[in-house]
This record gives sequence, structure tokens and C-alpha cells, in this order.
Amino acid sequence: MNLTLRIWRQKGPDDPGRMVTYPVTDVSPDMSFLEMLDVLNEQLTLAGDDPVAFDHDCREGICGACGMVINGVAHGPEKATTVCQLHMRHFSDGDTIDIEPWRAKAFPVIKDLVVDRGALDRIIAAGGYITAPTGSAPEAHSQLVRKADADAAFESAACIGCGACVAACPNGSATLFLAAKVTHLSLLPQGQPERMTRVVGMVDAHDAAGFGGCTNIGECSAVCPKEIPLSTIGRLNRDYLRATRERSGTPGT
Amino acid sequence: MAVTGILLVLFLIAHMIGNLKIFFGPADFDHYAHWLRTIGAPVLPEDWYLWGQRVLLGAALVAHIWAAAVLARRARAARPVRYVHRPKVQVSYAARTMRWGGVIIALFVVYHLLDLTTGDLNPVADQRRPYANVVADFAPERWWVTLIYVIGIVTLGFHLRHGMFSALRSLGQQTPRGERRARSAALVFAVALCAGYLVVPFAVLAGLVG
Repeated sequence: MNLTLRIWRQKGPDDPGRMVTYPVTDVSPDMSFLEMLDVLNEQLTLAGDDPVAFDHDCREGICGACGMVINGVAHGPEKATTVCQLHMRHFSDGDTIDIEPWRAKAFPVIKDLVVDRGALDRIIAAGGYITAPTGSAPEAHSQLVRKADADAAFESAACIGCGACVAACPNGSATLFLAAKVTHLSLLPQGQPERMTRVVGMVDAHDAAGFGGCTNIGECSAVCPKEIPLSTIGRLNRDYLRATRERSGTPGT
Repeated sequence: MAVTGILLVLFLIAHMIGNLKIFFGPADFDHYAHWLRTIGAPVLPEDWYLWGQRVLLGAALVAHIWAAAVLARRARAARPVRYVHRPKVQVSYAARTMRWGGVIIALFVVYHLLDLTTGDLNPVADQRRPYANVVADFAPERWWVTLIYVIGIVTLGFHLRHGMFSALRSLGQQTPRGERRARSAALVFAVALCAGYLVVPFAVLAGLVG
């Protein structure tokens, strides 16, 4: 396969950046998208050019490090697939492919396709944890969890924090990420002590990071590689309404 | 958005049911319209209830638009550098057109008030004979009035289709099965409301009401 890539190149946070066109030849349809970029980077390195910077780690679709917007769609055209698990067989010979970084004020570009997703960490730091007892692991059956709750919590726990929801959201909102984290913990008995302070703290951290507000459009869920359901946002809203109604939900009281 | 939207929707339902009184003839319709001014009598003087409702709806509308403006500004600020390649929203036409649809509906409401409340744009403009105002409005030779109403109401239908679902979600609708039900209910409600409003101008246009 021969492809034409149009890639966002940006030397650093202060560089305005621009789309640059690169031809790539002899791409195997069995390559992953990242392997195809590796081939391009080898070509660029041999030619003495700066290789395209992009985030990646496990390349198994479970770490959440990789992520880029391919032809306007976060993680590319395949549903429920991270970009590292996207294969070139889903493209055709002669295609022109546009590759851009996640675009959000809260995700400043560090270089080329690499963005700083520290804003998601700040949301987690504001409440995405439980007060776990230290020591040996407790007996698994000592705390019972309803099967339906366990399933819904697990569904949300599948979130890998890649940030595709933010990249896809027309409002630049991270509400699906926020909802997945809140739902994951607040459905389980271990998450109950901080349930109300968690949701208030995490929503505040989300807004303070400069993310937009949710209008329930559903673009996030459509591109989510872990298929976090849009309905988790309803669980977040319900917890938030309850927390803001109850005085105990206000941190410091 | 959700709470003010629901207040406005409750009014839309009452308004639609009131409109359908037109099929009972001029005497019934005019009597109904007059009753709106005397609700609460004799405790309340004439028009007091009506003005109370207008103030409440006006406040809800202002709050609704204010919340929408805040969300739109936050969205703009949240993505300062736009995508070079950006296909249209893949999920829903209704969701994509909420903001501009809302602007169209606001303009339509202004036109509608000038037409059938103040009478400035109505050929009869007689507050005591609302039936005659409506019939004159949608006469076949004034086809463009009907067109404006169709555009306004269909835009409202799309707005409600996403808006009703979104309001339920904002107020805590939280299961996938409930989401399917909420989306279907929003669609059925939007279609029913559109039909209930549009049947009046088309009945006049077709000569069924005259």
C-alpha cells in the first residue's frame, strides 16, 4: 500500500504548528497504525529529519497511552479500537490520511501528536480513590456486591483514560471520563465513604481544568475504545445532584 | 437547562391542547381564549394570572438561553485550536443542531408573538376574535405564514427530541435500558407535539377550519 499522510507537526508548546504531507510507500496491510508511523519515522530519521513524536506504550489496547485523531475521528475508523490496535487493512491503497493530536485547551500539545493529559490526573487526584486498608488482601467474600452493580462498575472500570472522549466531544468535555471514574467507585461498597465528596471534588477539578460542559451528544461514547456507555453520565449526574443537596457532600463540613 | 426546559415544555403541552379547541368551532375557541384572561377570577383581577404565567415563562426562557450561552462559551474556550479535518457529528442531527435550532426557535417565538398576541403582523388583529385571527393567518394566499410556522415547529421538534432526552439524563437517568426508553419517549413526544401544533395551520389551509 502507498499512502499520503498529512500530519500535525508542532516543535513545542509555543510553536503554532501546521499540517505537513508525507508519502509512505510499501505499507503492509498487516501493520498496525503505529507500526506504519514507525516506518515513516525510520524514513525521516534516515533522511535526517525530525521523527514524528507520538505517545505509545503497551500497543495492546490496554494502557491508554496512544491516541490520535485520524481523519477527524479519535482512534480512527474502527469502533472500540485504540489506534495501536487499528490495522492498515482498514485503509486502501492511495488513501490520504489526516493525523492530528487530541485538541483541547486542557490537553496542551507538547510536541507533534503528544499532548499533556495531566488534567485527567488532576481529576483523579480530586477524588478518584478509596480509603483502602493496608495490609494483606481481605477475604473476597467479606463484602458482597450485587451482580448488576459489579457488572456496571466493571464496565466503567474498563476506562483506560486515553482522552478520546475529550478529543471527540464537540464541547471539549471530559464528562465521560469523569463519569466512568465516579461510577466505577460509587457503585461498590469500598467507594461509599467518599462518595459525595468524590463527585463534588472531581466535577470541580474537571471544570477548573478548562474542559467544556456536557450536553449529552454522545460523540464520546461512540469513539470510546472501551465502549463506556453514555448512561454512566446519568449516574454521575445523580450522584452530583444528591451530593449538592446533602450538606455532608460539601468538602470540609 | 433541564429544569427551565421542562417548564417551557409544560407550557408547550398546555398551549397545544388549547390550540386544538379550534376544531370545536369559533364560539368554543374564542370562549377558551377569553377564559385564559379570567383564570383565577374573582380572586385575581383580569389578566393577572396571564401576566404571572408570562413572567414565569419569560424568566424560564431567559435562564434557558443564559445556560445555553454559558455552555457554548465554555465549549468554545475548551477547544482553542480547531481540528483541520472534522467530519460532522456522527451521533444525531438533533443534538448537532441544538444551538442554531434554539436561535431559530427564539426568532420564531418573536414572530409568533407579533402575529397572534400583539397582532402587529396579523391581517385581522382583533384580540376579541382569536379564531378569525388564526383563520386569516393561514389562508392559502398567505402560504408563507404557514411555511414559517412549519419551519418553527419542525425545528422545535428536533430541539425537543434531543432536549427531552438530555433533560432526563441531566436529572439522573442512569441505565442503558432506561436510555433507550428515554430516547424513544423523547422521539414520540416530539413527533406528537409537532403533529398537534401543525394540524391547526394545515386544517385552515385545507379548508377544514374556516
